[in-house]
Amino acid sequence: MSERVLMKGNEAIGEAAIRAGCLYYFGYPITPQSEIPEYMAKQLPQRGGVYLQAESEVAAVNMVYGAAACGVRSMTSSSSPGFSLKQEGISYIAAAELPCLLVNVQRGGPGLGTIQPGQADYFQATKGGGHGDYRLLVLAPNSVQEMFDLTILGFELADKYRIPALLLADGALGQMMEAVSLEVSLQAKPEKQWAVTGRRGRVEPNVVKTLCFDQDTLEEHNRSLQRKYKLLEQQEVRYEELYTEDAELILVAYGISARLARSAVMQARAKGLRVGLFRPITLFPFPEEALFQLTAKNTQAFLVVELSSGQMIEDVERVTRRQKPVHFHGRTGGNIPTVDEIYDQIVQIMNKGGN
Amino acid sequence: MEEKIFAITEGLLDTPTHYCPGCHHGIVHRLVAEVITELGVLDKAILVEPVGCSVNAHQYFNMDAVQAAHGRAPAIASAVKRVHPDAVVFTYQGDGDLAAIGCAEIVHAALRGEKFTTIFVNNIIYGMTGGQMAPTTLEGQTTATSPFGRKVEEAGSPMRVSEMLATLDGAKYLARVAVNTPAHLTKAKAAIKEAFTRQLRGDGFTMVEVLATCPTNWGMTPVKANAFVDETMTQVFPLGIIKDKENC
Repeated sequence: MSERVLMKGNEAIGEAAIRAGCLYYFGYPITPQSEIPEYMAKQLPQRGGVYLQAESEVAAVNMVYGAAACGVRSMTSSSSPGFSLKQEGISYIAAAELPCLLVNVQRGGPGLGTIQPGQADYFQATKGGGHGDYRLLVLAPNSVQEMFDLTILGFELADKYRIPALLLADGALGQMMEAVSLEVSLQAKPEKQWAVTGRRGRVEPNVVKTLCFDQDTLEEHNRSLQRKYKLLEQQEVRYEELYTEDAELILVAYGISARLARSAVMQARAKGLRVGLFRPITLFPFPEEALFQLTAKNTQAFLVVELSSGQMIEDVERVTRRQKPVHFHGRTGGNIPTVDEIYDQIVQIMNKGGN
Repeated sequence: MEEKIFAITEGLLDTPTHYCPGCHHGIVHRLVAEVITELGVLDKAILVEPVGCSVNAHQYFNMDAVQAAHGRAPAIASAVKRVHPDAVVFTYQGDGDLAAIGCAEIVHAALRGEKFTTIFVNNIIYGMTGGQMAPTTLEGQTTATSPFGRKVEEAGSPMRVSEMLATLDGAKYLARVAVNTPAHLTKAKAAIKEAFTRQLRGDGFTMVEVLATCPTNWGMTPVKANAFVDETMTQVFPLGIIKDKENC
């Protein structure tokens, strides 16, 4: 019998992490993700792990850097303002090619903003919020089940590619409760011969570092990182399509927005409108090819739905090469678009023949 | 018959360092490496190196190492020690790294009683970036960013880090030493050995502050810089055991 429980999204992340073998959590409380550190504080000591509340988000992410350098699965989580503070450490973790899981349960910004949900950290997540040329593997769940599943996947892919994975969720997903199947089938973990352990009989010391004084060596390191990102684009793209086969209007949305967009699409279909949904699950690598393919179908236009002033729209326009009009519907400030709002816009666009 | 009477310690790699003439980093490296070797824990030693002149200390220490961002070494060491509780973990940090940008990290590592050792090399100036004012810079001292001398009313008084950390229960052993004379060097090695011994016992946070020279940025000869440690630095930063609290 499958193990199925009712859980909050934030708790599902915590449980998934532990089941993925992450026994080291470092964090700092911030709403609306505090259930993650609270869950870890309660569970990890009982399950052979370490929970450490850092003095700041800056320290927390550097603790992850230290633990990941030792070769163990470790994670931190935060919400938008706190996640900004982590950017310094994330750049270092990316440079050192350390596998770990980062979680951003986004809220409205900029600044302190609000504790209500937001999706305005898309640029920061997918384009590199810290300094230097680097990318994170960015996974965007849209249900509590996916909070669980993508947490597991995040750890596995992080280890496979030696890259920090980012679970980009939002306050709505973090706080909502849904039934979750807790079944996990883990892949064999790769050997981490580079890990810092103390030499323990090894002749050559292992060193995890990010400084590279020689410009040619650093350039080669950057090239190597870019090759890895290219490999991710070839091998790890994930997305979901709904009714895109005959759709004249395709909604593009991720995370909580995709849940609302899906309801609007169902409402439109019930009225006989040929509308579909394209949902990126990996935001980096962005499902470029799959989305571009949709421009060649019946598609008259795209409609991007986000909890921001329009960030992913830039990727949608880039990827579709503006072959079809790209419309946008977004709410900010912690507001969430209603299904009716989205449906009304669908009708409006279709009445104008996509323009 | 030739007899080798002085050899490089196994704790160091046999390679020339990049440090300036008269700089104390080489001496401090040697003392730390000797202590770790003599304690028989080289095989489980982990260095967390800082930003600053000793940013590439792993090129000299014969042990596993993690390079930290500015000031963050104590946070990294906290995690490393918790992953490898049986390892001997130490941060090696300068005063800009530890007392300014990384002040929160060292205070909270000490507060938590993290069971690693910090080697705090205090040369009252930012060395690698070219001689700017540090929190430990002396009153009236001229630096690249205090060209008219450090003014207390603008920049505050020199920070006495060891005394500050001594107020925290998690800090078990804090000593301030110098390496400018053979006598000081002997005491410095004893303090470093005590700090690591305490760590091996699982006591709590231990730190040895080493008053060090930076002849290049001080604009002094190495000999004059060594004299300056005794004549001026120790007046503000007195040598000795700052805190010695038995845990067991």
